[in-house]
Amino acid sequence: MALITGKKCGDEEMGALGLESEVAEARTAFDSGKTKGFEWRKSQLKALLRLLQEKEDDMLKVLKEDLGKHRVEAFRDEVGAVAKSVDNALLNLKKWMAPEKLSLPLAAIPTVAEIVPEPLGVVLVISSWNFPIGLSLEPLIGAIAAGNAAVLKPSELAPATSEFLADAVPKYLDCEAIKVIQGGPQVAEQLLELKWDKIFFTGSARVGRIVMTAAAKHLTPVTLELGGKCPAIFDSLKSSRDKKVAVGRVAGAKWGSCLGQACIGVDYLLVNDEYAPTLIELLKGVIKEFFSNSEHLARIVNKHHFQRLCNILQDELVAASVVHGGSVNAEELFIEPTILLNPPLDKEIMTEEIFGPLLPIITLKKIEDSIEFIRARPKPLVIYAFTHDEKFKRRIVEDTSSGCVIFNDTLIQYVCDTIPFGGVGQSGFGQYHGKFSFDNFSNRKPVGRRSFLIEFSFRYPPWNEKKLQLLRHIYRFDYIGFVLCFLGLKRYSYRS
Amino acid sequence: MEKIKAEAVVEDLRASFKAGKTKAYEWRVSQLEGIARMIMERETEIMEALQSDLGKPNMEAYLHEISLSKSACLFALKQLKEWMKPEKVPAVITNFPSSAKIVVEPLGVVLIISTWNYPFSLSIDPVIGAIAAGNALVLKPSEIAPATSAFFAKYLPEYMDNSCIKVVEGAIAETTTLLEQKWDKIFYTGNGRVGRIVMAAAAKHLTPVALELGGKSPVVVDSDVNLKVAAKRIVVGKWGCNNGQACIAPDYIITTKSFASTLVEALKTTLERFYGKDPLKSADLSRIVNSNHFKRLTNLLDDENVSSKILYGGMQDEKQLKIAPTLLLDVPHDSLVMKEEIFGPLLPIIMVEKLEDSFDFINSMPKPLAAYLFTNNKKLEKYFIRNVSAGGILINDVALHISNPHLPFGGVGDSGIGAYHGKFSFDAFSHKKGVLSRGYAADIPARYPPYTPQKQWVLRHLIDGSWWAILLALLGFPRD
Repeated sequence: MALITGKKCGDEEMGALGLESEVAEARTAFDSGKTKGFEWRKSQLKALLRLLQEKEDDMLKVLKEDLGKHRVEAFRDEVGAVAKSVDNALLNLKKWMAPEKLSLPLAAIPTVAEIVPEPLGVVLVISSWNFPIGLSLEPLIGAIAAGNAAVLKPSELAPATSEFLADAVPKYLDCEAIKVIQGGPQVAEQLLELKWDKIFFTGSARVGRIVMTAAAKHLTPVTLELGGKCPAIFDSLKSSRDKKVAVGRVAGAKWGSCLGQACIGVDYLLVNDEYAPTLIELLKGVIKEFFSNSEHLARIVNKHHFQRLCNILQDELVAASVVHGGSVNAEELFIEPTILLNPPLDKEIMTEEIFGPLLPIITLKKIEDSIEFIRARPKPLVIYAFTHDEKFKRRIVEDTSSGCVIFNDTLIQYVCDTIPFGGVGQSGFGQYHGKFSFDNFSNRKPVGRRSFLIEFSFRYPPWNEKKLQLLRHIYRFDYIGFVLCFLGLKRYSYRS
Repeated sequence: MEKIKAEAVVEDLRASFKAGKTKAYEWRVSQLEGIARMIMERETEIMEALQSDLGKPNMEAYLHEISLSKSACLFALKQLKEWMKPEKVPAVITNFPSSAKIVVEPLGVVLIISTWNYPFSLSIDPVIGAIAAGNALVLKPSEIAPATSAFFAKYLPEYMDNSCIKVVEGAIAETTTLLEQKWDKIFYTGNGRVGRIVMAAAAKHLTPVALELGGKSPVVVDSDVNLKVAAKRIVVGKWGCNNGQACIAPDYIITTKSFASTLVEALKTTLERFYGKDPLKSADLSRIVNSNHFKRLTNLLDDENVSSKILYGGMQDEKQLKIAPTLLLDVPHDSLVMKEEIFGPLLPIIMVEKLEDSFDFINSMPKPLAAYLFTNNKKLEKYFIRNVSAGGILINDVALHISNPHLPFGGVGDSGIGAYHGKFSFDAFSHKKGVLSRGYAADIPARYPPYTPQKQWVLRHLIDGSWWAILLALLGFPRD
């Protein structure tokens, strides 16, 4: 695969050396200090906003080309969401950059202290193919807001978007400090050998391990946004309207967002035995209502993933559990919304993240058993639960662990920048969105100040018992005792 | 330690964690109280262990290890309820109506590997954080401080819940076996070489890490300061901290050519006042921890270009593993003593034409754990803070920030990843979990296919936070 640089001076073949010089340029830009200033950061964010507005059509086009996303889905999930994040960053940038003054205990007087956020330096953002615009630009917003220079390597599995970013970003942003480097695993490997001040990776656990191992050589901090099997617990809801809305939300999260190829999409459903048939009927109805026209659904990203999903369905026992859908179109790379009822738990469909339009429904004797079911498996990026039962909600929050928990809806955490977005355990570590993005790419540096005026002689050698006693009093904030001891009127009582 | 044993230890702890033992507030309080009691009741044993491992004067042992650990424990006890509380956060307009909060939960089973120079506090401090956050843990103390390691192996089981807190003693083999297991977090204090090994091992299991490493912490000294006080603070920060074997001890000094000799005289006077004319005999100086490090330090002085620059000190006693406080002036910048973290009682003084030149010098080296500046010049101070990147900065004093539980303590770049102390310890061993709650009252058709231009209009304005769009959306516009 040809490796093309993001430089505005035309396309060139870039070898490892060219790559290194690009990164070196970003390093020089950072060392010059220009990315640290408020004005630079603001100008870059504003330029990003302009890019999103002026190139909106182009973006919707490449997302259609790479993933078959409908314009509205592409806008809702990627272009619009990123624009909202840039707006939020511009609004809050000054506040985020301000040092945080600390109130300190009396004994620390006359120390004054604050926490000063500073950029880490030159950061590497490696993004994924399923939300190729969103997952590239969202971390970039954080990197820029925090004052870093950045190199973005978009996924080669979404080639039209990668090409778009390599072309558009240098035209709008400071091309010395913000670089887009295209390429596949080889280029990623070369980039990972260099020394970065932070690496932000979105993708699979397998590659996450490779990234972190490479980062370890340079002691580079990393954020890994991985995936997992995100369950949706479906409790019995009283009103039929609520049921319909809930099912609509599940369907939207399963098939309406990149045809199930989303880290926070619903992977499988948990419901109790009695309720399953109703749920299946409701789902069928919603599929008909929303997705009759396959134009409104995305496509599987490539042949490899298409084949992977077909293989899952080909297993005899799995195929037997299909209750709706199951048809595939190899030419279009399309698989219709498919529902399976209780496929075997030891097959790939229930041991690996599906990342496709297959929806297993697992039935349990009672819905509370869903907690044990989830606990027995790796921690997911999100747990969805549709329920009105406050006690059950509390148990879900307290007895399971996941990146986050959403009640009675799906996907909304993606646009909520007041809660941190990120995984735990096998679903990753490190968080972003909103101020969490800014913090992710910052070093929060404590700065303390002392004056020369007040000096405690007992800090210094030569040491003796009396100095030790004075210190005991100070450390207990026992000022009266301290004064008495200092004046020789009290001996420190050890056990008091 | 065989693999089987390590696996069994982790399995044990996982079972305890799964059973929910460590999550309850009462359990965490009982464990923290256990630590506090241990520190108070065993103070003599702790001081003896530190004396045995490092020749640490009782005063230092009290100041830097015992009292710091005790106050960290009491601070956690006082704040724990507050720390454990969920944090309500504003929900966003795009999700209207909804409510949001951030819930804090433990990571699970964690591994804490500590080091030898402050073998007590650098073990207890992270342990306090892990327990406060509700985790089960293994503590592996450093084998280079064997008396303290033995102290933990003996007393932690007496004061704490053994089913959730275990001590594993040992050296490289045991550490390697432990690192092969799957942990929910690894907290390592030590050097960069082993830090890389720890992080690479953690990568296999996608385990997050905190690495508290070191670096060359510079002290920039301006000529406009109260020299008497500055000299005292520098001296006690360097040699009063384990005889320079501390990650935040001043590693080297930078000052102007014109001020250097005045500064050196002040340092010499202070050194003599603190440690006498024969510092090798002073009871107030720690010894070098072992013969390996003794050799390492004396090797630094073997370089002719370095030994010729000794202005003060330089005396050694190999049998006692003692090296006197040593001042060096103007050593070559490429000598080993200026390339590696010294971690000992040698203090090079680098001279520059003007102080602003010192910033470039500092920035040409890996980012240190701490950077210090002595000055009364506010402009210089501002410039220093803005342009020197370090784990922490202290103006007009040295090392003190380690005792303040309100300041995050940790490195950046080569000096480490992550921070702790106070609430930062609690956060280091926690997962912040967002919880979003919605109802069914308001459902927005524009979210769902089939997609139309009207739906795109609504979504666009909804995302912008337009109230009009929200109203329309809530009223069910557009209808399919």
